[in-house]
Parts: sequence; C-alpha cells; structure tokens
Amino acid sequence: MNVIQETINWLVSPQTWSADGHDMIARSLEHLQYSAIAVAFAAVLAIPAGWFMGHTRRFSGVIVGITGAARALPTLGLVTLFGLLLGIGLVPPMIALVILAIPSILASTYSGISAIDTSVLDAARAQGFTTRQLIARVHLPLGLAMIVGGLRSAFIQVMSTAILAAYVGAGGLGRFIFLGINTQHTAMLLGASVWIMVLVIVVDVLFGTIQRFATPAGVRRLNATTSAQSSAG
Amino acid sequence: MISFESVTKTYPGPRRSAADVVAVHDTSFNVDTGTITVLAGSSGCGKTTLLRMVNRMVAPTSGRVQINGDDIAHMNPVQLRRKIGYVMQHAGLLPHKTVAENIAVVPRLNGATRAEAKRSVDRMLEMVELSADMADRYPAELSGGQAQRVGVARALADEPRILLMDEPFGAVDPLVRTGLQQQLIDIQHELGTTMLFVTHDMSEALRLGHEIILLAKQGRIMQQDSPTRLVEQPANAFVENFLGLNAAEKALRTRTTADGRTMVVDAHGRPAGFLEQA
Amino acid sequence: MNWVTNNLETILSALGWHVALSVPAIVAALLCAIPLGWLAHRLPRYSGPIITGSGLLFAIPSLPLLILLPVITGAGMRDGINVVIALTLYGIALLVRSVADGFNSISSETRLAATALGYSGGRRFLTVELPLAAPIILTGLRVVTASTIALCTVGAVLGIPSLGTLFTDGFQRQILAEIITGIVLTLGLAGLFDGLLVVLGKMLMPWQKQVA
Ligand SMILES: Nc1ncnc2c1ncn2[C@@H]1O[C@H](COP(=O)(O)OP(=O)(O)O)[C@@H](O)[C@H]1O
Ligand SMILES: [Mg+2]
Repeated sequence: MNVIQETINWLVSPQTWSADGHDMIARSLEHLQYSAIAVAFAAVLAIPAGWFMGHTRRFSGVIVGITGAARALPTLGLVTLFGLLLGIGLVPPMIALVILAIPSILASTYSGISAIDTSVLDAARAQGFTTRQLIARVHLPLGLAMIVGGLRSAFIQVMSTAILAAYVGAGGLGRFIFLGINTQHTAMLLGASVWIMVLVIVVDVLFGTIQRFATPAGVRRLNATTSAQSSAG
Repeated sequence: MISFESVTKTYPGPRRSAADVVAVHDTSFNVDTGTITVLAGSSGCGKTTLLRMVNRMVAPTSGRVQINGDDIAHMNPVQLRRKIGYVMQHAGLLPHKTVAENIAVVPRLNGATRAEAKRSVDRMLEMVELSADMADRYPAELSGGQAQRVGVARALADEPRILLMDEPFGAVDPLVRTGLQQQLIDIQHELGTTMLFVTHDMSEALRLGHEIILLAKQGRIMQQDSPTRLVEQPANAFVENFLGLNAAEKALRTRTTADGRTMVVDAHGRPAGFLEQA
Repeated sequence: MNWVTNNLETILSALGWHVALSVPAIVAALLCAIPLGWLAHRLPRYSGPIITGSGLLFAIPSLPLLILLPVITGAGMRDGINVVIALTLYGIALLVRSVADGFNSISSETRLAATALGYSGGRRFLTVELPLAAPIILTGLRVVTASTIALCTVGAVLGIPSLGTLFTDGFQRQILAEIITGIVLTLGLAGLFDGLLVVLGKMLMPWQKQVA
C-alpha cells in the first residue's frame, strides 16, 4: 500500500508536472510529437506504396511477408542497433520508429484499397469518373477508415517503442522510467508507467473515434470486424 | 410406430414486438413401423419442425410424440438421437472427418470398438454402392450425390429402427436423384427401417411413400393416404392443386409412333416417354 | 562471427531463457483465449465488449506493463514470471478474436448434424467444434507466437534475461555483433516456431489441404 500511496503522491505533486520540476507536460508533448513525426514520415512512404499495391492487387505476397516479419521484429533490437550505429540523440531512434510504423500503415492501406469491390470501381468508371474523381469519391471514402486504422496501430506502437528510445538517450516519457530504474525511485517509475498507459489509451480511444467518423455508415458494420489491430510494443 | 398427438410448436417472433410464429398447430398422425411415410408440402408448412420433434431437436410447445407407446419427452435426448438416423439436405457431413470416420460416428458414440465400427463402415459403403477407396476421402472431395450416399450410410450405420430424412435429395441433379431414390427403396426393403421422409416434391413423394401426408400451412393435414388413393381420390382442391391434377398443362395424351409403340406426350405435344404394360 | 563463436554460452543461455519465457506464455494465452473466445461466440451480446477490451489491452505499452505487474502480482520486478504474465495477456488479447471467429465460422448445418448424430455437449465441443475452429485459431496463434517472441526481449531493460539481453549488453558494451546476433536469433526463433506450427497444423488438420 505504501508504494501505491507514494506513486499517487508523485503523480499529483505539482513538482512532477511543472516546468521547473520534472515537466511531465512538456515531456508528454515531446513524446507525442516524436511519435507524430515518425508516423508522418512512415505514412508519406507507406500510403502511396500501399495504395499502388492495393490498386494493382498484385503484391499481396509482399504485404503478407512484410507484416509477418514486422511482427517478429524486436523493437528493442532495432532501437539499440541504430543507437549504436548512429550514436546518441534523436535521429537513431527516429529511424527505428519510422521503420516500425511502416508495416501496419502499408498493410492497412493495401487492404483498404484492395478491398474495394471491383464492381464499385467499374460502376464509377462507367458513370464517367476521372481517375482524380475516382480517388476522391471512391477510394478515399471507402479506404479511409482502414488507413486511419493503420495509422492508429502505427501511432500506438510508436508511442510504446518511443519509451524504449529513452534507453539509448532520446527524450520523451521513457526517460522517467529509466531514471526511476537507475535511481531506484520507485514512485517515479510506477507513476510514469501509469501516466504513459493512460496517455496511450487516451490516444487509442481518440483514434478509434476518428476511425469511426472516417467510416461511411454503410461500411461501418463491415469494418467493425476487421479494424483496430493496434499492436503492443 | 411413431405417433404425433396434437403437437403444436410456436416460435418466438423475430423481434420482441412481433407476434409468435405458429409453425405447427395441433397436428396428429401415426407413422407405421417398417414403412416409408412421406411428409409433403410447400416450403414453410412445418415439415422440418415435425420431423425434428421425433429426435427431440425440436420440443413441442404442447402435445406429445410417442415411439411404440413411450413418450419421448421422458427419454434422454442424446441417447435418443443415437438410436435414430437423420439425413439432411446437404448431407451435413462433418468436414474434418473422412467418409469412413463420418460413417463410424454413431457406432463409435454408441460404444463400438474401432474394429466393429470398421465393419459397419465397410458394410454401409457397400450398401450405398460407394467403392471402398472413397473411405479415406474428406467430404469436400465428394460430389453432391456421393455426399448424400455417405449421409445415408452414416445415418444407417448403427442400424437404427427409425430414419428421419429432411429433403435429402433436394440438392442433387435429377438423374442422380432418381438413382438415390431407388437405392433408398431397396435399402428400406432390405432393412425394414421405419422412415419418415420430408419433401416438397410431389413426384418424389409418390415414388417413395407407402403413405403420404400432405400438409398445408402450420402442419395442417390435408390428406393422409397411399400414393394410389391420393391420386385417385384427392380429398379436396388443395390436394388436387398440389398434385397438379387439375392443371391443363399437366394433362398427358398418348400417340402411336411409327414403330408401333405408344408415346406419352404433354399438353404442348412434347414427348414425356413411352407407355409400357404395368 | 568471431564474437558469436567466443560467446556461444552467453547466446545459448539467452536463447534458453527466451524459449523458457515465451513458450509458457504462448501456451497459457491459448488455454485462456479458448474459453474467452468461445464465450464471445456464444454470447454475441458480450462479444463487442470482449473484443474491444482485448484490443485496448493490446494497446498497452509493454515496458510500463512489466513495471506495474509486480505491484499486482507481488513478484520481484526482475522475476521472469512478470514477462510470462504480460506476454500471456497480450497473447490473450490477440487470440480471443481468432477463437471467436473460428467458432463463428462453423456452419449451422454442421452444428445441426452433430446434434442430430447424438453428440453430447462436451464431446461435441472437443471433437467437432474445436477441430473445426482450429484452422482460424492456428492463424491467430501464429501471429501471437511471432509477436510474443519479439515482445519477450523488452524485459531485458529491467534485467530479465532473454535474447533482449544481447541488445542491452551489446549496446552498453558497444558490440554491434551482439545486437545483430540478437535480432537474427529473435527472427530465426519466430520463423522456426512458425514453421513448427504450420507443420503441426498440417498434421492435425489433414482435411484442410484438400479444401484449399
Ligand atoms: N427456429 C425457428 N425460429 C423461428 N421460426 C421458425 C424456426 N424454425 C422454423 N420456423 C418457422 O416455422 C415455420 C415452419 O418451418 P419449417 O418446419 O422449417 O418448414 P418446412 O420445413 O416445411 O419448410 C416457418 O414459418 C418458419 O419460418
Ligand atoms: Mg424444411
């Protein structure tokens, strides 16, 4: 009970959050910012690639292979590898985060686009849609929910892995965990862990809501069974 | 003898507010031991519901079903089902078991050893005229007709005294269907099994039934008779309609062909077959 | 390569720990997910919350979970049991859905046939429903196996031995070969287990290849 009380005390202490203390607010924003940058980089690479592959429907083997291998890829291994190769700082973990974010965005874009019924595309073309209109009026509405689902998984996984990035000296919220471990500051260790969990779950729920809004009503029921495969890391 | 005594079955409506569905209303009839009795009628008239009352897959809302004078409501449903064969429309073979394993299911459930079950399997394959090398196939590797044969073999494997069949040949092509019907007649002749057979196809009913029970909505019995009497003396307009006896298109005529045989032609003059002395 | 030959003992010990922590977690996850997934299948009304709940569980970051679990379990923070429990939870979160999907995939006709043949409840579950749900459960299990083996390495930052130890040790002592060895072995182990599961599936579900 003692530990729990201390943890709560640490979490509610102004010292924990204020700029002249541990500045958890700034660290949290930093954590979200790193994650957003990594996911944005990954999205720029993965969405067009997934779109192309999904449109041609020819690379499903590649997608299955990449997602399969990505699942088994140890995030800590990647973080330490780049940390060692490229030195301490923001760039090495960022590369690792981008690499980790790519597979889920790629796979979800691919399945979002390739799942669009060919008859829908044919019908749209028959009605005289140009390619640009096809993308804006058919692909985007029908594929968007899946793509947002992929961004959601990627973001959650990157947020989790960004904690480990502190192990190789990057900032973010992971710093409190490693500080807590190294200084045996149990209250900080537990408090920061609780806070990270809360933050990740809030982000996940937020993304879930966006995903629901991004889904056309008619497709909503269908997607309810295929989306939301966020990943632990 | 299987006797249905004033059985009624109501299902709750599809939605809470909707009215209850009366599938069968106050129906009584008997099925004589050692005969084929056919329950015939259009889709939705309650045939399946009545059939499933016999092996307690459906419990009557009121009334009772007796087998040789014993109320089946007092019997253990699982034990009861193991003593009654059941064949359904798409055979319902267990997809993860081979043909042999499917046929062996009931003997094994009833405690047969592997060797005993194997003997049943061989005997049944022979009875339904399937070659022994079918034994190791999986259901997905069978044609519709073969699957139905296995379905019949499985239902009869532990020599049940009663066999229930729910439109078993409804999904196979006409040529195969005729073969399966003949085979069923032969098997019934050989084993003397009491069979209750459901179909919506009147020609099938006339072909198979010792006794035919023609049902209208909610399992109301329109006529229960032998095929001959049903055709010769239809009880009412419903029966006549169902048999298609009063439809002008169904009227058949004969014509003598060049080689002296008697050809039967339909209302449009299309040949239906040759007449032979019965 | 030199580093590998000189440190075989370290590597094998890390590998041994890794297997010892991840295999029980995978098995436990399967054993827990089967009843849960079956419940989600039998009670469609609760399947939504069960599936959403497990999705949320899977979103929880592993390191904070590993740190908080000892507070609940009472085990020491460096105790391997924490890793086993955390990995089991993640495995359950992933598998419940596959199990429910597996049971939902059984056709009502097959169920009816099983009832009509006279299968009793328990026997029907073990010899008809479970085998028929198994192919989809196996697909889920392969995903769980890969992610469990990858996640197992995270415990290393808390001092729980696994292939992850090669990452932390390699980083601190600046040995690139050690980290690469760790990554290769993790991927290799996942590949090996995946292959074993595929072979096992082919052996236990001979009806599958004919259908496909
Ligand atoms: N489980 C059920 N729940 C609700 N209604 C049912 C159920 N089974 C059958 N019914 C209804 O009962 C009626 C008779 O069904 P059934 O016995 O299957 O007819 P048949 O086999 O002659 O086509 C139909 O109106 C059908 O919709
Ligand atoms: Mg029916």
